Amino acid sequence: MRIMRIFRHLETILATLLIGGFLSATLARLAPGFGADEQELDSRLSAESIRQIRESHAQERNILHFYFNYLKRAIHGDLGTSRSLGKPVRQLIADRLPITVRLCGLGLLVGWTVGLALAIAVVMAQVRVLDVFAAGLAGTFLSLPAAVLALLFVYFNAPASLAISSIVFPKVFSFSRNLLAQSYGLPHIITARAKGLGSARIFGWHVLPVAGPQMLALAGVSVSMALGAAIPVEALCGISGIGQLAWQAALGRDLSLLVTVTVLVTVVTLAANTGSDLAMDIFRGQQA
Amino acid sequence: MKRRSILAFLIFVLVLTRVLSYAQSGDELRFYLRSDPKTFNPLLVADDASETIRYLTGGVLVRVNRQTQQLQPELATAWKLSKDGKSISFNLREHVYFSDGTPFSAQDVAYTVQHLMDPAVHSPTGDSFRSGSGEVRTDVPSPNRITISFPAPVAGMDKLFDHVAVLSSRSPKQEMAVLGPFYVADYKSGSYVLLKRNPNYWKRDSAGRQLPYLNSIRMDIQSNRDIEELKFRRGEIDLVNSLDSEYYDRLASTSAKLLHDAGPSLDSEQMWFNQVGNAPIPAYKKEWFRSTNFRRAISLGINRADLCRVVFALHARPAVGPVSPANKFWFNTKLQPQSFDPASALRFLQQDGFRREGSTLRDRDGHPVEFSIITNSGNKYRERMTTMIQLDLGNLGIHVNVVTLDFPSLIERITQSFNYEAALLGLVNDDLDPNAQMNVWLSSAENHQWNPSEKSPETNWEAEIDRLMRAQPDEGAGVGH
Amino acid sequence: MSGIQKFACWTLAAIVLGGIALSIIVPADYTVQFRETPNAVPTHQHLLGTDELGRDRLARVLYGTRISLLLAPAAAFLSTLMAALIGVVSGYFGSWCERLALAVTDLVLSLPWLFLMLAVRAVLPLNVSPLTSVVITFLLLGLLGWAASARVLCTGTRVLRNSDFILQARASGLHGFRLLAVHIIPNLKPVLYAQFLISVPVFILSEANLGILGLGVAEPLPSWGSLLRELEGWGGFSTEPWKLAPMLLLILVVSCFQVILAREEVSA
Repeated sequence: MRIMRIFRHLETILATLLIGGFLSATLARLAPGFGADEQELDSRLSAESIRQIRESHAQERNILHFYFNYLKRAIHGDLGTSRSLGKPVRQLIADRLPITVRLCGLGLLVGWTVGLALAIAVVMAQVRVLDVFAAGLAGTFLSLPAAVLALLFVYFNAPASLAISSIVFPKVFSFSRNLLAQSYGLPHIITARAKGLGSARIFGWHVLPVAGPQMLALAGVSVSMALGAAIPVEALCGISGIGQLAWQAALGRDLSLLVTVTVLVTVVTLAANTGSDLAMDIFRGQQA
Repeated sequence: MKRRSILAFLIFVLVLTRVLSYAQSGDELRFYLRSDPKTFNPLLVADDASETIRYLTGGVLVRVNRQTQQLQPELATAWKLSKDGKSISFNLREHVYFSDGTPFSAQDVAYTVQHLMDPAVHSPTGDSFRSGSGEVRTDVPSPNRITISFPAPVAGMDKLFDHVAVLSSRSPKQEMAVLGPFYVADYKSGSYVLLKRNPNYWKRDSAGRQLPYLNSIRMDIQSNRDIEELKFRRGEIDLVNSLDSEYYDRLASTSAKLLHDAGPSLDSEQMWFNQVGNAPIPAYKKEWFRSTNFRRAISLGINRADLCRVVFALHARPAVGPVSPANKFWFNTKLQPQSFDPASALRFLQQDGFRREGSTLRDRDGHPVEFSIITNSGNKYRERMTTMIQLDLGNLGIHVNVVTLDFPSLIERITQSFNYEAALLGLVNDDLDPNAQMNVWLSSAENHQWNPSEKSPETNWEAEIDRLMRAQPDEGAGVGH
Repeated sequence: MSGIQKFACWTLAAIVLGGIALSIIVPADYTVQFRETPNAVPTHQHLLGTDELGRDRLARVLYGTRISLLLAPAAAFLSTLMAALIGVVSGYFGSWCERLALAVTDLVLSLPWLFLMLAVRAVLPLNVSPLTSVVITFLLLGLLGWAASARVLCTGTRVLRNSDFILQARASGLHGFRLLAVHIIPNLKPVLYAQFLISVPVFILSEANLGILGLGVAEPLPSWGSLLRELEGWGGFSTEPWKLAPMLLLILVVSCFQVILAREEVSA
């Protein structure tokens, strides 16, 4: 059953990827400015060169034809050449993916560690001042757009991954805090506490199994959250990762690059969500 | 209408104090490129980052000294232009080698020119030599002499060779074998370009020591100017090329000794009206935009001095025409910038039948005078300029909409659909001779933005400019040492 | 309504009313350029100083706040309406309808919506007034922002559909849209209300993000996004603390919504 479920998930992911890639290519193709090249304004260029630049977009004008060829090439590992950056898309992705993985990975790690630690501390300590302080801190970060956080981190010369952490942390904190507070309010946990069970034992044996599945769901969501924040953070902090590449692809109407980046982001988002869904199933299965 | 130079020759500023301290140390120079270089092929260079790489790695026959604006010998020891302006002969330096050890000869120059002028290559540098149809011939009478003949006279031909980095005809490394002071040792897209000292570089200093002094140049790719400024303050980079006025003033307040104001650049900011005959805009607006009185009134109604003071903190000057004061040969010092004179502006408008009705200016048919100015989003200086122009013209009763568009959308509007009314953009110029802007000034040219590709000049002044621009290449003969 | 929730509501009301009251004391409207004093420090005439073109920063902050506070709820209403339509219908009918809706939701969430904003801006006629363009920006945010809410509403509807009282209603002969209108939608009201409240700060922040990336409202109209762009190349706490005013106001407004939302979630 579980294998069937995994297959169904994979089917959905594949279909979403194919349609998502096609839609993003269509969007770029129909957007104003498709086929216009900054180079056309070079006053040195002859009429013939300008004509050639315009004609170079001809192959991409028929979107169905483009997408079919793109998929055909992609099967063989060729993702085309970026028009705006003049380099193979595959090379660009290989160069920049590790940067974004590091940025988001570190951001998620710090965001989750701080958010979860603070939530556990607040719930277990039951100190009003700490609760207000933590809620205020999370509320402040939650009220700042990713782009403002990026600008502030540039100003303070702080690592950009911390900007991602600042976006992830308040959501992890708020969600975990509420979830843990609910879990600690369950009758069997109150009984366990009354019986004098140690805090660590209550948390590990009773709270975690209750809160775990929903935490895993949040883990999946936080990956897409971090990826979504990577675009403004990388664009504004001048980090050459996938987020900046996506921004450049959009600004340059770069079909091959835009489709690849969209598909990549979709894969990661869907895989994270599917992974957390499946982990939740397993978690629940074990509990049952 | 002429493309109005509304202002502004931006000050080109170099921050170089730390460079001097490195000059004799054989250390590494570090600075930022603002984007990835799109190519390492010197013939295809079209962007700033690639241009920087070409400048540091490419060996050229002659070099324009950026300070004196005079030509200096490099790989060519002497050169001579023919009287008809169609050909040029070079005597080449001997015992020169590419970075990979391949010897340099006239064959390499011939190979470079043939590639440069190959129509299939579409080299922007090559296109600036293209003045007429026909084949370009190269004659190599000896390994150290070459004559290059063009089918038609090329204005400022000798200076154009400043941009032609010579390629090796024999090296297996192709364009990566260079004759300049550095070669590209490593590159990671989006991260950095590392240049290393060319061990075969031919130039020596007055003491006979081989140049360059530096062992390497590391150019990290960083688009954020705040980060660039911060890293410069901390000494993590040694040079900032071309500072914005805002950053210049901020650095000046804390680190004035590190700054060097190199004076005006050759660039300018331009505003023009769409005068394309078949543009999809109302006919009455086309009539306004084609009226000299209307355009003159707009020009008089814009406070250029305020733009320079408020937007550029006095690091720009009101323009007197398309030629920058930095251009020592072509700039006419007798000309005065257009004054700000709203009263005269209204008089010019009245001559065309425009009238004020309350706070709105109307044309003779009663249409309220309103138009939009497009500029590229993300350029805060242009956004500020258009907002100030909006207010200046609002005082004349003209309603202006400011529209910022991303670059592709903007280019499509001004080059393909012509669906716009007025535009504000910069004219980047890295050549002293107006010939380099032939494609802007000729009425038949694609880059004659306000009315491109005219079949024949639609106005008398355009016909006159066409005549002058075409006559200019014939004035070309000269000799270099 | 709890004390803190009331306080948050009053704070929001005070910001709106205070904004209107303060508009009277600002020296000029948000478009006027005091060109002799660009980037001025706060004075008795310009309480928050002036921006780079000499415009009174307080006047611009007040107007930008009003714009965001007026249009973000409108966008949130639109997105909640769309989410309700898609989420409730798909959750109610289930089966392939639900699967399709969820797949479409995934698709919408994965599309480069920033790019869509870019494209729509470029498509707009050039003579659209700045106010119309900001309305369109928020409208677009509303049209694009339904997906996450639709997922929540779909799940909520599915839970309701399988509940005992709906089973009883079905047994009593209630079917189709009547069942939806009489039993399901009224029971989803708290979720709808919560989704609406969640969306308001989301759209305020989205507009701010767009503004900083240069895709915000057209000059000379101020918005939080364009005001926050001043933080690019900011001089620092010691030299230009007043430039943080828009950011602090944004934190205050969004925090108020969060407080109201937190209480709503509890009550829901």
